[in-house]
Amino acid sequence: MHSLIKGYTVELRLLAVLLLMCIGLSASSEHFLTAGNLTALLNNNAVNLIWAVGLLVVLISGGIDISFAVAASVVQYVAVYCFTALGGGNWFLGFVVCGMLGVGLGLINAYLIHSFRIISIVVTIATFNAFFGLLMFFTSGRFIYNLPRWWVDRIFIFEHQSADGTWSELNLSVAVMAACVFATWLIIARTNVGRQIYAFGDNPEGARRAGVNIAFMQAVAFGWMGLMAGIAGLMQVNIVKEVVPNALIGRELDVLAAVVLGGARLGGGKGSILGCILGVMFVAITQNGLNLLGVSPFAFQMIIGGVILVAISTSNISFGDALARGPLADRFKIWSGRR
Amino acid sequence: MNAPATENAGQVASAAESPGWALRLSNVNKAFEGVQALKDVAFRVRLGEIHCLAGENGCGKSTLIKIVTGVYSPDPGTEIEVFGKRLASVTPASARALGISVIWQDLALFPHMTVAENIAFDESVGMLPRLYTHGASYKRADRILRRLRVDLDLNATLNSLPIAQRQIVAIARALHGHARLIFMDEPTSSLTQSETNNLLKIVKTLSEEGVSVVFVSHRLAEVIEISSRLTVLRNGRLVGVYDTADMTQTRLGHLMTGQDLVSEISARDRTDRRAVLEVEGLNRKGEFSDISLDVKSGEIVGVIGLIGAGRTELAHSLIGMTKPDSGTIRLDGRKIAPRSVRDAIAAGIAYVSEDRLTLGLIQQQSIAANIVITVLKKVLGKLGLISPKREASLVSNWIENLSIQVGHPEHAVSTLSGGNQQRVVLAKWLTTNPRLLILDSPTVGVDVGARAGIFKIARKLADEGIAILLISDEVHEVHYNSDRVLHMLNGRVVWEHDPASASLADLESRVYA
Repeated sequence: MHSLIKGYTVELRLLAVLLLMCIGLSASSEHFLTAGNLTALLNNNAVNLIWAVGLLVVLISGGIDISFAVAASVVQYVAVYCFTALGGGNWFLGFVVCGMLGVGLGLINAYLIHSFRIISIVVTIATFNAFFGLLMFFTSGRFIYNLPRWWVDRIFIFEHQSADGTWSELNLSVAVMAACVFATWLIIARTNVGRQIYAFGDNPEGARRAGVNIAFMQAVAFGWMGLMAGIAGLMQVNIVKEVVPNALIGRELDVLAAVVLGGARLGGGKGSILGCILGVMFVAITQNGLNLLGVSPFAFQMIIGGVILVAISTSNISFGDALARGPLADRFKIWSGRR
Repeated sequence: MNAPATENAGQVASAAESPGWALRLSNVNKAFEGVQALKDVAFRVRLGEIHCLAGENGCGKSTLIKIVTGVYSPDPGTEIEVFGKRLASVTPASARALGISVIWQDLALFPHMTVAENIAFDESVGMLPRLYTHGASYKRADRILRRLRVDLDLNATLNSLPIAQRQIVAIARALHGHARLIFMDEPTSSLTQSETNNLLKIVKTLSEEGVSVVFVSHRLAEVIEISSRLTVLRNGRLVGVYDTADMTQTRLGHLMTGQDLVSEISARDRTDRRAVLEVEGLNRKGEFSDISLDVKSGEIVGVIGLIGAGRTELAHSLIGMTKPDSGTIRLDGRKIAPRSVRDAIAAGIAYVSEDRLTLGLIQQQSIAANIVITVLKKVLGKLGLISPKREASLVSNWIENLSIQVGHPEHAVSTLSGGNQQRVVLAKWLTTNPRLLILDSPTVGVDVGARAGIFKIARKLADEGIAILLISDEVHEVHYNSDRVLHMLNGRVVWEHDPASASLADLESRVYA
């Protein structure tokens, strides 16, 4: 139990803050703790969480990706043309086509980073601009409403009518989100590939000397991010029923903020699925709460910015260091065996 | 048909002569773009032997290790035999498969992983995906730590451990990979004496189990203490292979450097001089208590003590990094209470820290920029901009004065050897014209030959009237290079040692008691 607490300090702290927020919100707004609001929260944030778990893998590997939201838009447009060419398509083809397109875009990032030894933030800022520029150039900013029926039809995985007659439901994107979260967890926490990704992010030179294939690690991290981006793009269309070139741009920073809040270390080597989920929930509930309380949407950006600053600066001053400097210093040194 | 037969015969014969070789290298040659890094070197390690590979920086030790582990391929004609098997070539993977493992000085561990994950990491390497179970690797890691008879929390994150324990994790990791021949590159360079002793105990345990260990080290005393045989290299050539039983530090130093390094007591009586530093009843809770000492003009006072004795903590209070709870500090008779390092510099105190490489210098900047950084005001010209002329004259003055071996003052500090970097740090502090110079473990990671140079400089500075406080955990270092030695234990000065009248053995028995 002790080691569990030590390994998940950020996550547990975030969980505590989240619970306090939920208690506060359910006390101050009668709408918060309703089935309708909670299912809407899940439906609206499924796409963000799919991106988030992809980004988590990239952050653990020591990289960063700015281009994934725009990549999802590119996938949506190219997929529309593919489905037309394939005679309409279906959900199975949808996952295959969008997944492959996403992986392809992710591998472009991985290739540039690895072969030219450019840091990932520079590469993905470049591809972010290139993807978006190409998209606007070739589509001339055109919206697409004429989409295959299967793609835009609502599929509910859960429906419930409450006593007052209002319906609440969960749609397909929530199930896809759950599958993506599980698959990511399996890879990073339960396979040797995941171990190597953590190691590569933690100490690249050490990993290289241990025989870890660095190019493969970059490909897995950015390929997985691309796969998640492609799938997120697919599900986003199912929710909004249209393809708009600039619909997703800008969401990458919200997702990045959520993942970092969840304890993923920007230098690599650290981060967990649990933290990632909590981080996305935190951002979602903050936004939802402010909406319910009738606060201006601009306040949301401000608050998220402030919270990130507080979260990152307090997690750098670790609890242990604070103790080591305080009046309990001697006792702490003995207890922890630190010099 | 003839050639293989003779080769076989040769192998049989050699196997009969010496049944227990872990490694046999002969005719090792390696040239890099015309520079002969190794010339006709032979190197042999017995099974279960603790062997030491000694030599100064640049003598070819690392090149030799890299050839054995397959990082470099040697020039044609080199013969390699590992555990009785003659090899045509070595790759990193084949070396590992044969049980050869290197623990590099930087350890190459993963700071955010747990101890167990670090020890068992190598089993995860590979592109073929397979399931990983935490429990199984935890058990294997636990078994290895038991084998080494050490007690470590397997769930602790690596970066919460001190360097000494990380070293043990690195050894355990090598054993996890079934290593039978372990090279350790400067394993003790950042350890204190007691940590080193602990490490040596573990190395002995390994050797009793039949694991061969090759120690690469600068520290003459421990080289002689731990190993049974040693191979000395100088300038890429083999000097010789010796039994440690009849080796002395003086002789080994001579073999490594080719120069006579005579340890002579340099103590002089300075007690009649004016005091530069006077400390009275200095206390800081949990660090040191009731410290009273003085350092006279031109005097070198050594401070010796094991880790936790409060040596470095005392220095931190003298230079204003921490605030003492009570007591007074006087410099040239004036009472001072530095509240920051800047205050201390202004008062005339300079501090050369032990973490030379990480804290003392800005590695990527030029030698010149590093030297003038503490005295930027002095090199300002018109309009308050840095005057290249003033900078150059100040810099060349110190480079000459401390005989720093540099290509050009504008080269990055990172291009210099350890000993020369140490001198740049000295130069940087000496530009502030200090009255008191505090040297904290100044020879950590510095070559034997270069060490003598540093103490020569210290003596020269003392003769110019600077007072020097020399902090160290190596007894012979303070004994031979100070005028007086203060022994610190549990935050107090418990003994004053006079190198001129008392013996080294006397001080050693007090410090290590």
